[in-house]
This record gives sequence, C-alpha cells and structure tokens, in this order.
Amino acid sequence: MANIWTLVEHRDGAADSISWETLAMARKLADKSGGSVTAVVLGDGVSELAQTAFHYGADSALVVDDPALKDYRLETYGAALAELASARTPDILLMGASDKGREISPFVAAKLGVGLASDALDMDLDGDSLIVTRPVLVGNLIAKITFSDAKPQMASLRRRVFPALEPDTARSGDVETVSVTLPETKTAVTGFEVAEGEVSLNDASIIVSGGRGVGGPEGFPTVKALADVLGGALGASRAAVDAGWIPYSHQVGQTGKTVQPDLYIACGISGAIQHLAGMKTSKVIVAINKDPEAPIFKYAKYGIVGDLFKYVPALTEEFKKELGK
Amino acid sequence: MKAIVLMKQTPDTAQLSASMDGLKLMAEGGPRIVNPWDEYAIETGLALAEDHGGEAVLLTMGKPESTEAIKTGLAMGCKGATLLTDDAFENSDSLATARILTAAIRQQGDYDIILAGKSAIDGDTAQTAVQVAALLGIPYLGYVAKIEAVDFDAKTITVVRAIDSGRETVTSSLPAVVSVLKEIGEPRYPSFMGIRKAAKAKIPEMGLADLGLSADEVGAAGSNVQWTQVTLPPAQETQLELIEGEPEEAAKILVQKLLAEKVI
Ligand SMILES: Cc1cc2nc3c(=O)[nH]c(=O)nc-3n(C[C@H](O)[C@H](O)[C@H](O)COP(=O)(O)OP(=O)(O)OC[C@H]3O[C@@H](n4cnc5c(N)ncnc54)[C@H](O)[C@@H]3O)c2cc1C
Ligand SMILES: Nc1ncnc2c1ncn2[C@@H]1O[C@H](COP(=O)(O)O)[C@@H](O)[C@H]1O
Repeated sequence: MANIWTLVEHRDGAADSISWETLAMARKLADKSGGSVTAVVLGDGVSELAQTAFHYGADSALVVDDPALKDYRLETYGAALAELASARTPDILLMGASDKGREISPFVAAKLGVGLASDALDMDLDGDSLIVTRPVLVGNLIAKITFSDAKPQMASLRRRVFPALEPDTARSGDVETVSVTLPETKTAVTGFEVAEGEVSLNDASIIVSGGRGVGGPEGFPTVKALADVLGGALGASRAAVDAGWIPYSHQVGQTGKTVQPDLYIACGISGAIQHLAGMKTSKVIVAINKDPEAPIFKYAKYGIVGDLFKYVPALTEEFKKELGK
Repeated sequence: MKAIVLMKQTPDTAQLSASMDGLKLMAEGGPRIVNPWDEYAIETGLALAEDHGGEAVLLTMGKPESTEAIKTGLAMGCKGATLLTDDAFENSDSLATARILTAAIRQQGDYDIILAGKSAIDGDTAQTAVQVAALLGIPYLGYVAKIEAVDFDAKTITVVRAIDSGRETVTSSLPAVVSVLKEIGEPRYPSFMGIRKAAKAKIPEMGLADLGLSADEVGAAGSNVQWTQVTLPPAQETQLELIEGEPEEAAKILVQKLLAEKVI
C-alpha cells in the first residue's frame, strides 16, 4: 500500500503538463499496490490546482498557499516540500524532471537523507519499493535503480515518456491546506524574460532540425518554415551551432538538449552518435539527407535521399495545404 | 577571492563507436577526461580569479587515477587541487558523494563560491551539486548561463538562469553553489607552461579518516540507491521506408504517412 506524493508544478498558477504525466505514473504505481496518490501544490493563490489534480488522478491534495511562494525559488519550495515530507513521510515522492524538479528533488533528498533517481524513463514497484529505469552515460546505457528502505523513495520523471490521464471532471478529493515555516531567503528573483515567439525544445511534440547540410545561416529559414507550419520547435546539430549558424539553445544531442518528440525531422544531419543520444527515442524520425549511407537512416522510420533545399520546401507546401494554413 | 570547482573525471563519450558501446566504455574505455560540463565550471572559476584577483582550486572525489583529469584542470590554470579518494568511497550515490565533498569543503577554510558543471556525463544525475549546497546550507544557483555581476566584498552575485520558460535573473548572497551551462563561455586550453607545471604537481589526497566521516555515511553503505542492472538501450527496431520520387510527389506521400501516424 504505497502512499505516493507528486508535486504539481506551475508557473504563476498555470500548471506544467509534466505534473499530470507524473500524476499518471503515480496513479499506475498506487493502483498496483492498492495505495493512494496525494498531489502537493505549493504557491501563492494556487489552490484551484488541487481540483485539476483530482481530475488528472489524485485522491487527495496538500496545499501550501503562501505569498512567500509567489516566485519559485529553490530555497523556499525545497524547504516547504522537505518539511511536509519529513513530517508525514510518504512512501514515494515523485515530480517531473523539469528544470525545477531536477533541483527540488535533490535538495529534498539531501535534507531528508533519502535516495533519488532523476530523469526516469519508467517506474515500477517491487512490493512497495520503487524501481526506476533511467538513462546513464548520456543515453548510451540504461540503468535500473533500486532503493534502500529510507522513505520517501524519490524520483523525477522525464517529460513525454508517460502519458497523462484523460481528465475526469467528475473526480474530486479532500484538500488539506497546511502552513509551513519558510526560511529567510538569501536569493531574490529580479528579472524574467520569457522565451518568446519560439516553441521550446523541451515541450515540443514536433521538432524539425537542421545540420551542416543546411550550408549556412541563410539555410535555416527553409528548415524553420517547416517547423512553423507544423507548430514545432527548431533544432540543430552541434556542427550547425559550432559554425555559428544558429544559437546553442537549439542544439540537440549529448552536449545539447535531450528531446523525445512525437515527430523529429532531421534535415542535413548525418546522425553522429552524439546527436542520436539526444533524439533517437523520438517516436517517429524522418531523415532528409543526400547521402544514402548517412547513419541517421538507421534510426529513421521514413527517409528521403535528396537535397533538403528541394524536399523541405515541398513538404512545407504540402503540409500548408493539408493543414489548411 | 577563492573559488572551489567541483570536478569529476569521467569516461570520454567521444570514443563511443560501433565497436565501443557504452558498457565497454564504462568498463575499459581508455583515457578518462575532465567531465566536459565541468570544463565550463573551471573556466568560470579562472575568469573570476582573473577579474577579481584570487584563485580557483579543484575538488574531486574519485579513484586515484582521477589525478589525470586534475592535472588537466591545473594545466588550465587552477592553483591547487585536492583528491578525495578511499576504497570506502566506491559506489557512492550522489548524496554520499555530496557528503564527502561537503566534509572536504568545510576543511578548506574561507571560500567565496563553489562552481559545478551541469551534470556528470557518466551518472548523468545532475544531483550532486544541489546536494552539496543543501548540506552546506548555502544557496544553489542552477542553469547559470551568465554571471551578470559579482561583488566579493559585499558578498553578492547576480546571475542569469536559462530555464525552460525563459531567462531569469537572480541575485544571491555568497558563498553559493553555482552550476554553469555551456553558454557561460568556452573553456580555455591548457597552456604549454601549465602542462609542464601540472605534470610535476603533487596532488594532496584525503580519505575517510582525514574527512572525519564514518564508513556507513559513504560508499555503498551510505547510499540509498543502487544501480542493480546496467544494459545497452533496447535496439531500435525501425524499418526504414524510403520515400522516392520528385519533391512534390514525395512530399505528398510522406505527408499522408505522417498524418496516418497521428504525430501531427
Ligand atoms: C564530446 C562530443 C559531444 C558532442 N555533442 C553533440 C551534440 O550535442 N549534438 C550534435 O549534434 N553533435 C554533437 N557532437 C558532434 C557530432 O559528433 C557530429 O560532429 C555532429 O553531430 C555532426 O553534425 P551534422 O550531422 O550536422 O554534420 P555532418 O556530420 O557533417 O553531416 C551533414 C550531413 O548533411 C548532409 N547534407 C549535406 N548537404 C545536404 C543537402 N543539401 N541536402 C541534404 N543533405 C545534405 C550530408 O550528406 C551529411 O550527412 C559531439 C561531439 C563530441 C566529440
Ligand atoms: N565525484 C565528484 N567529484 C567532484 N565533483 C563532482 C563529483 N560528482 C559530481 N560532481 C559535481 O557535481 C556536478 C553534477 O554531477 P552529477 O550529480 O554526478 O551529475 C558535476 O558537474 C560536478 O561539478
């Protein structure tokens, strides 16, 4: 009977979809062990997120509503969650492997002296004990992680590896509002600039990437046009980034971002092992490359051998027609 | 100013190839390197030392052969290093590692900033540096793309964090643990003189007893997670379907296939 907590992540009250994916994973584990799922909501004026958490599968919710939690800061969010978990000791504490989750979880694990497995691809239970499958050596190996008896056993779930449940608006549950003692803060958020006009690689369900084959900065608009018509994000290989054709924030691969979209279209990318490390688990990979021997074709479901400057614009046009854009 | 750079020696994933898979690389994969993400931490420490006066020193927990990576860091310009090594440290998880690093940091006297990489490419946990900050009770600033301002007299730092949703500016008191991204600036190459000096350097080592830790706080005994199984990722079973024809024709076929896949 595992008592499982999940953290509901949000920015100014807008939930991050990873929260519902994590909740679905918690639901799967709880159902297997006859246990329960508690959603933990931390923030300022965010109590309605508890209701949404019920729709997505939580049985109950713990809410800390405090003006001091308005801006996300590791020191306050971490302290709040550590205090709750230490007072009530859930068996398992899960969150998303988002930028926040990947710093809150080790902070809490250190404060409580418990085990943590970050960036899980899958989770299971052995009795009531957590087992996590996660990538190591930048995706070149898969490790199975088991935990000691120290509770809670903690893990963070990678984005887009486990689907959220269909929301059921008839579901409800008990909300418990609690207060915690927050530490005096040593950090302050003094500015924020939204990543504007661009679909973030992290959340994208479609990514279109360009590599050295794009030939120069003037080639990227061709690739971006396809990304735009699909509502997808623009990615790049390191060769294109190192050449200065596109900023580093677009780099996919071992030393860039790890992505797992439903559709990854690689244009003029050879498929070096370090690029593959960041994208090979995408659901459907399409490769457009003029070299039929390019390694990327070994990982692609669909391939076009040809000049990307001919085929990519043709695809963009065809999608425009089909999607009525 | 004193910066402590947390640096780990890792396998070199550039050596991965058809004949060198991940399992082989971990077991026997040739020369070890400075964890690539930690090169940016070293660069940050050296740049701060140049701009503000003072020094950057390395702190590494690992096997005795980690001296190789330490020498690279010294050749880049770090002024000193300590290797934390002991049989009892083997198989430490991130928290046990953080305990070892924290015990050593407490013995280092005054310091202004602790620098770390984004993650270590072998374990890939990105946990250790946060846990060092949590154990020391000092702020942690993660995903740092830029140090906007730092005042070591007033003990404050302002950084830009590149997070999922945008770029956040945060001001913090010092000392703090700062984990940097690649955007912080390209790491310098070791200088010729640096390499010669580093080759001769004697690197002080500390073990369990020196750090005042007990055997059950570190290594497998002090860890709450174990890697019980490590395997190669499942082979991808994709059957490539080549789409042929002139651009317009091929585009029509491919678009229909992708719509049928329900990925759009
Ligand atoms: C430690 C380390 C870390 C690394 N990290 C990363 C990483 O994070 N991400 C990453 O991407 N790489 C990374 N690399 C680099 C990687 O090894 C490759 O060098 C890089 O991915 C190559 O990029 P590319 O495929 O764009 O270029 P290339 O390998 O040069 O391939 C270009 C491809 O474009 C094709 N092409 C050319 N013109 C056209 C055209 N007109 N139409 C269609 N096709 C065309 C060519 O046939 C070729 O296959 C790393 C390397 C190391 C050593
Ligand atoms: N054994 C170690 N010795 C020194 N620093 C380490 C060690 N392990 C991790 N670190 C630091 O912590 C960061 C994150 O590592 P990890 O949690 O292993 O992904 C690294 O980039 C290093 O800066």
